Amino acid sequence: MPGLGSRLGRGGATTTQQSMGDSDCIVIMGANMAENHPVGFRFVMKAKQQGATLIHIDPRFSRTSAMADIHVPLRAGSDIVFLGALVNYVINSERWNSDPFFKEYVLHYTNAATIINREFRDTEDLGGIFSGYVPGEGRYATDTWQYAGQEIDPGMAQHPVQDVQAREGGAATGTPQAARLDPTLQDPFCVFQLVKRHFARYTPEMVERSCGVPRDLFLHVAEEILKNSGRERTTSFAYAVAWTQHTVGTQMISCCALLQLLLGNIGRPGGGILALRGHATIQGSTDIPTLYNLLPGYITMPTSTPQHASLGAYLETESLPTGLWYYLPNYLISLLKAWYGDAATEENDYCYDLLPKVGGDYSFEAMLLMMKDGIMKGLFCMGQNPAVGGQNAVLARQALANLDWLVVRDIHEIETAAYWCDAPEVRNGEVSPQDIKTEIFFLPAALTPEKDGSYTNTQRLVQYHDKAVEPPGDCRSEAWFMYHLGNRLKQLYADDDSPRGCQLRALTWEYPTEGDTEDPDLDVVVKEINGYTVADRRPVQDYNSLKDDGTTASGCWIYSGIMPEDGNNLSRNRRGSEGAALEWGFAWPRNVRLLYNRASADPSGKPWSERKAWIWWDPAEGRWTGHDVPDFPATKPPDYQPPEGAKGLPAHPGDAPFVRMADGRGALFSAASLKDGPLPTHYEPFETPVDNALYPEQPQNPAAITFPRPDNQYHEVNDPRFPYVITTYRLTEHHTAGGMSRWVPWLAELQPEGFVEISPELAAEHRINNGDWVTISTLRGETNAKALVTRRIKPLRVDGRTVHQVGMPWHYGFGGLAKGGIANDLSSLIEDPNSRIHEAKSFTCNIRKGRATANGEQETR
Amino acid sequence: MGIRGFVQKYVGMNPNPITRKTHEAHSRTRGTSVDISICPYCAVGCSQLIYSKAGRIIDIEGNYESPINGGTLCPKGAATYGLVHSPYRITTVKYRAPYSDHWEERPLDWCMERIAQLVKRTRDASFEEKDENGLTVNRTLAIGHFGGATLDNEENYLIKKMWSGGLGIVAVENQARI
Amino acid sequence: MNSNALIPPDAQSSLIGSTDARPGAVGFLTDTTLCIGCKACEVACKQWNQLPMDNFGFTPTSYDNTRDLGATTWRHVAFVERFPNSDGAVRMPPFQSSWLMMSDICKHCVNAGCMQACPTGAIIRTEYDTVVIQQDVCNGCGYCVPACPFGVPQLSLSDHKAHKCTLCYDRVKESLEPACSKACPTDSIQFGLVDELMGRATGRVQELKERGVDGAYIYGDRAIGGTKGIGGLNAFFILTAPPEVYNLPREPELPQDKTIQAYLSSIGAAIAFGLAMVLSLCR
Repeated sequence: MPGLGSRLGRGGATTTQQSMGDSDCIVIMGANMAENHPVGFRFVMKAKQQGATLIHIDPRFSRTSAMADIHVPLRAGSDIVFLGALVNYVINSERWNSDPFFKEYVLHYTNAATIINREFRDTEDLGGIFSGYVPGEGRYATDTWQYAGQEIDPGMAQHPVQDVQAREGGAATGTPQAARLDPTLQDPFCVFQLVKRHFARYTPEMVERSCGVPRDLFLHVAEEILKNSGRERTTSFAYAVAWTQHTVGTQMISCCALLQLLLGNIGRPGGGILALRGHATIQGSTDIPTLYNLLPGYITMPTSTPQHASLGAYLETESLPTGLWYYLPNYLISLLKAWYGDAATEENDYCYDLLPKVGGDYSFEAMLLMMKDGIMKGLFCMGQNPAVGGQNAVLARQALANLDWLVVRDIHEIETAAYWCDAPEVRNGEVSPQDIKTEIFFLPAALTPEKDGSYTNTQRLVQYHDKAVEPPGDCRSEAWFMYHLGNRLKQLYADDDSPRGCQLRALTWEYPTEGDTEDPDLDVVVKEINGYTVADRRPVQDYNSLKDDGTTASGCWIYSGIMPEDGNNLSRNRRGSEGAALEWGFAWPRNVRLLYNRASADPSGKPWSERKAWIWWDPAEGRWTGHDVPDFPATKPPDYQPPEGAKGLPAHPGDAPFVRMADGRGALFSAASLKDGPLPTHYEPFETPVDNALYPEQPQNPAAITFPRPDNQYHEVNDPRFPYVITTYRLTEHHTAGGMSRWVPWLAELQPEGFVEISPELAAEHRINNGDWVTISTLRGETNAKALVTRRIKPLRVDGRTVHQVGMPWHYGFGGLAKGGIANDLSSLIEDPNSRIHEAKSFTCNIRKGRATANGEQETR
Repeated sequence: MGIRGFVQKYVGMNPNPITRKTHEAHSRTRGTSVDISICPYCAVGCSQLIYSKAGRIIDIEGNYESPINGGTLCPKGAATYGLVHSPYRITTVKYRAPYSDHWEERPLDWCMERIAQLVKRTRDASFEEKDENGLTVNRTLAIGHFGGATLDNEENYLIKKMWSGGLGIVAVENQARI
Repeated sequence: MNSNALIPPDAQSSLIGSTDARPGAVGFLTDTTLCIGCKACEVACKQWNQLPMDNFGFTPTSYDNTRDLGATTWRHVAFVERFPNSDGAVRMPPFQSSWLMMSDICKHCVNAGCMQACPTGAIIRTEYDTVVIQQDVCNGCGYCVPACPFGVPQLSLSDHKAHKCTLCYDRVKESLEPACSKACPTDSIQFGLVDELMGRATGRVQELKERGVDGAYIYGDRAIGGTKGIGGLNAFFILTAPPEVYNLPREPELPQDKTIQAYLSSIGAAIAFGLAMVLSLCR
């Protein structure tokens, strides 16, 4: 996630679930941890039993709220007002200004003292936009956001690569040597003063007005968090997709990172930010991405731009002079060697030309439009259910129906496989199977216990699962499918000397197979991911061994170290469960459990306190030691100062914990890595019933990515036709779009039918009784669900008026045992500019009592 | 004792002999092989024990040794057995011809070959060596991929490698986005 | 709410935390203050005991679609929404307040009504002091159903026999923890020796009170729940609201206690009638 990546250097969770057990205060916001991560929640309960305060900030009173000491019902989508007000409260509080801990942490470990280009103008100056906005294009040029003295070529600032994806690593050019600092934090253009000014109007009163949260409740939360941060105490945050799924989702997360940096909670036990991922290996699928804009290890996918026209140009553009990204040539060339083997030579740029180049937005939502518009003809869908889980699911099903061919690999006959015969539009006669041209293959998949492989959990922990039994019938693993399909394609192109033939023929694809089904031997794949020296094919120890001269190969540099010796797959480590449990699984990078853990010691290398000791400098041994693997060069002393002209990690001083950032500091101000501003700013959700109380002239994120077209219409701000805020979510009893739960009897019976949660007040307005049918509508579509009238949903007073919110689980569809209206028939295609994630956590809708039956009659029960 | 105590103690207290079946009751995991797995649902990363006998899974439970779940599971994790043995699980290939109104049974091998042919046909018809500015792009936009996040890391590696590195398919996306 | 009202006025302090469980008895402590309502216990139970799906349908009663314990549902998580005021309270009592969740189960009573009522000897008290229905003996007469003050055993529609929790007799025999308590992510359900669990529960209630959960108490000791001849529940609970809120009887009693009165009065009536007849004949 660029939200954490932009400020800390990596997008992964900074902490572990277990470490939350050592928190003194836990804030869960943008997540419903007890319901969606019940087993992880046991560490929250552990902390709570030890006396920690649990705060849940969420529009709905959920099973998480039931366990909290404080529940804060806030209006969906107003999170940055709340978080910004916390920032404002903290930096103006007496405690923060008088306790030397905070000043020391912030001065050394963040870029608070760095002076920014004096041409920079804040949203406070420009009515809700930052300097550099290119009107007509909906995006920013970032030259005025740079560190002073390091102005970049305005052409670079508008570098089209930046249009494709925000990247990790902070400042484009923020090298530590050249940065101008004001350690007094008084310069009006130093980061600290810019932050202070930016959030000055984010007050408790503004929280009350915009979030609908009483002022006193906000202050109570702020006091608890501040009280539980410092030398002796730590506060942790947990978030999930209720932050990511907004047009300002990345900035919500980045605002949390900013706050946690100010509070000195990053890199310390019981502190940090736990990004709660919702599926077994969401983290792994971004580390080893099946994402259009990334290569393994968060290397930017090359684009069809002059800056990426050759390997040299690419590396020139994408490497940073300092920090870990200085070594990008080692990582990329090793990846090219892993993929193209002997074909990749220095003379041919290691086959860089064979990598396909990204020329636009091919993210999930854009792909739906490519399908519907006939650009995309064939689709592989493996373990995903876009007919239910895709935004604007009506459009998603139309997109599927316009494909020439579709391969679905799954367990059950999910809606994505059955849309042509079973979708609402087919059942009501609008579409007939005879109209749908798509050739569809349903290939049954093997389940986890039926195959070898690894998942990377929410805390970056890679864990292996062993094959227990053979899969039944035709069921096969995806590894089997890819390996054998790849072989067939290689045969089909065996004599093809065209560039497309060469591309495939150059690819290394020799994997030994095992068993009756001839599954590829995954140990060989793991070794390729880990990396090896080309000459003798011995595994490398970690990514520090990778080279840029073609002598090493590695499929994903951040996983390097997972197999340090042949056959020794550390993700199969299953020893010891105490403390950091370093011998249980393998955490990237290099088995580090708490990221940025250099910050758990003070600048001189001593633990901030005994209670919160994690790693520290051992002067006798001349190395970092403690409970964890140091996320820092192991022998770099705390007082190390880089020599003039140093590059890479030696350019960072001994007190710079954020090794992936160019300047080694946490970025309170993010100079170039975010596309909608260096500081988090409150914009309303794209669809909202209220004005932006902070920036009336700029209601929505000016950089949000929209797809306005007749089949994807948006509601105006305060559109009287759609007066209610709707938020979608998951339940403990089901999983995502239901493919793994709605067909399983023991889960289906627990939540057997779709429902919509509404407050008694709103129910009364529409004379809806508990259990009645309700129709929910937007300009994208209409769906229905049973009413669950509950006081857990509360009308809020926002800006002097009542705002009603309704909630709807998005699990349900027309297949399986547990059925229900599809919530995503209501949502729209729209994206956060940084992550290209949609906005399903806050949009607007209308409701009415009853639903139309198949024969057009109305029914209410 | 009084009549109340007497009744409590003796009324209904027939000899109630323990039957042979009760006497011989035992855990069905006795004598099974045990493999270690990870729960396929959310990303907490619970370790599971898979008990199987004669190639059939007969029980799935939490693994006490895990530092994450310490033996516990949530309802979804506890239902993994129900997922594996789901009465609605499909274990044979299904094929739907264009414009057809029904599924057909087809051999797996036939499908694999047919899919390979379709990939080649679609790719060949759409492959771009250079874009409109003359830059080498070596890509096709006509084929896409949606992946779920229950696919293994190793599988994702093979997917990205073959689709993007081998075939020039750039529109490769994952549930991680949404 | 006056939380002291939870404790029946006649409850004697000597009964609190005490039970008549036999030495070596095992059971469950279900601490509702730690329950997150995830229903892992329901599923783990069904998985281990291979119980089918049942009660299919949307209730709409909070998040409870299981409705009740039954022949094929041996754990049931009840959900009770109770918001004392509609405005967001700045401070809530810690550990479950406005939304109560409780995982209900067979109580494995020290003196079990079902067992006393069973005419076939199918229901036994095991060596662990748990109460088990032997399926090879049960003839489905159903006498145990009304005999249980908690409504636990039910007749199955498929095999017409009575079923309920066995406290995982087959697992406990092999020193394995029962499925529900093993699965419980937050240790809301704890398995162990009743004596130990009762001690733990007493301490936990004390701790909860110190932290402001005034209404916490044990349900299933001789003071509350294990009343009127039952002598305690081997599967007992920590609750924070009156028993009725969880659909539990405040003072459960053995139905036999009622039948004893009726029985004695019928004997009396028979004697009186007989005497009257004899007297009338004597005239």
